Amino acid sequence: MSDLSDNIRQVIEGEDVALFMKGTPQMVMCGNSMRALEALRRAGAPVTAVDILPDPAIREELSAISGWPTIPQVFVRGELIGGADIVEELEGSGDLERTLEEKLGPGYRDSREEKTLVVTSFAAP
Amino acid sequence: MATDPLRALLEQAFPDAREVDVLDRTGTGDHFQVTVTSPRFDGLSLVEQHRLVYDALAGPLADGTIHELRIRTKGSS
Repeated sequence: MSDLSDNIRQVIEGEDVALFMKGTPQMVMCGNSMRALEALRRAGAPVTAVDILPDPAIREELSAISGWPTIPQVFVRGELIGGADIVEELEGSGDLERTLEEKLGPGYRDSREEKTLVVTSFAAP
Repeated sequence: MATDPLRALLEQAFPDAREVDVLDRTGTGDHFQVTVTSPRFDGLSLVEQHRLVYDALAGPLADGTIHELRIRTKGSS
């Protein structure tokens, strides 16, 4: 398994809410990534964002792991929640907040923070 | 790509669908909104439902003719 694939798995499994997106929360490069980010923000999710644009291999490895062909992809505690359409739909029905409460605990909003991680094909020093 | 080939792929994959709708969102033949209503989605999570739609459209997704795909799925209830 490649270092890149390892790094992506670490993000998926290690972060409470992982959002693989085009661009960063500060500079979103795609309307669908924006839709997913905004739905997560409305639900008060502590988002860890990963920009897939710097290296095409990130998207390839990510889709190989998740079996999901499009970007964005949202994971909560290692489980694929879906892309922009599903996250918006779940947010609209209140199911997104219920899922976050179930998986992260009722106080998940308190720890709300937004961060951006960079994954590379090189192992961390 | 026109909407008809996509509709045909979806109708083939969901022969019991009560609704198959394909909309070219931008008029450029590469940004689509698809809606499928089928009893096949009953009891499945949204991720599983969307996976079935992705599987049906795997060809045009893989060769890049679909640049962006929005999916709406509904079960029979």
